[in-house]
Amino acid sequence: MADFNVTTRGVGPVRVIDLKGYLDAHTAPELEQEFNKLIDHNDYKVVVNFDELKYISSAGLGVFMAYVETMRENKGDIKFSNMQDDVFNIFDLLGFPVLYEFFKDEKEAIEKFNQKEKS
Amino acid sequence: MIPNNQKIINELVVKSTTDNLATIRKFIRENTSSSGVDEDAISKIILAVDEACTNIIKHAYKYSPEGEITIKLQSDNKKIIIKIIDEGKNFNPELIPEPDLKRLQKEHKGGGLGMFLMKKLMDKVEYSNISHNRNQVLLVKYLI
Repeated sequence: MADFNVTTRGVGPVRVIDLKGYLDAHTAPELEQEFNKLIDHNDYKVVVNFDELKYISSAGLGVFMAYVETMRENKGDIKFSNMQDDVFNIFDLLGFPVLYEFFKDEKEAIEKFNQKEKS
Repeated sequence: MIPNNQKIINELVVKSTTDNLATIRKFIRENTSSSGVDEDAISKIILAVDEACTNIIKHAYKYSPEGEITIKLQSDNKKIIIKIIDEGKNFNPELIPEPDLKRLQKEHKGGGLGMFLMKKLMDKVEYSNISHNRNQVLLVKYLI
């Protein structure tokens, strides 16, 4: 069952990853590959748009934990946007809001990167 | 202890591969939706079972696709009981300490969250060895 899809698009200097469907231990390697590609291209400013993500397990959350330091070490970050409440609740249960920035809208997350660049 | 007179609503047996996680989630949804359980509790049970099975695939069977996972779901009007049985290597994640996100991040690690999540989502999580080669994860969710 391939009920997961990950695609990346560029918005200025920021890369936006769109997630769709179910992110679990079976599909998490696809997201890892996407992050590996970004690192290969020296793209470290990442917004993950969760608008169409219906489900996430700890295997999916683990991907962000495994890659975020690499992004931050290279003056980038992984920021989250457009998350549905039930998906956010899982991040919240594990204490992610202390360590990551969550935005209602993708534009706000991109703007945060651009503000930092200007300052 | 769980009383023996509870009716088994259903049972699912799958091979130990991650592509079966979707089948497992579907099984849990189908067998809890009909018993009037609210959506919030169903979502929590589905995620906890996914985490338990992921741990079994990873740690008990070390990603070998030949293992078997049996999931038994029982319920009454007060609780849902799920027993997940495997014949892989015995492991006890109850001994794993609560994950330190900051430290895991610094070490570029993403594992160790599943057990913690299961405990947050369910009212009871119990690992045991039920016979010489069979391990069981018992998950209980109270509905009231």
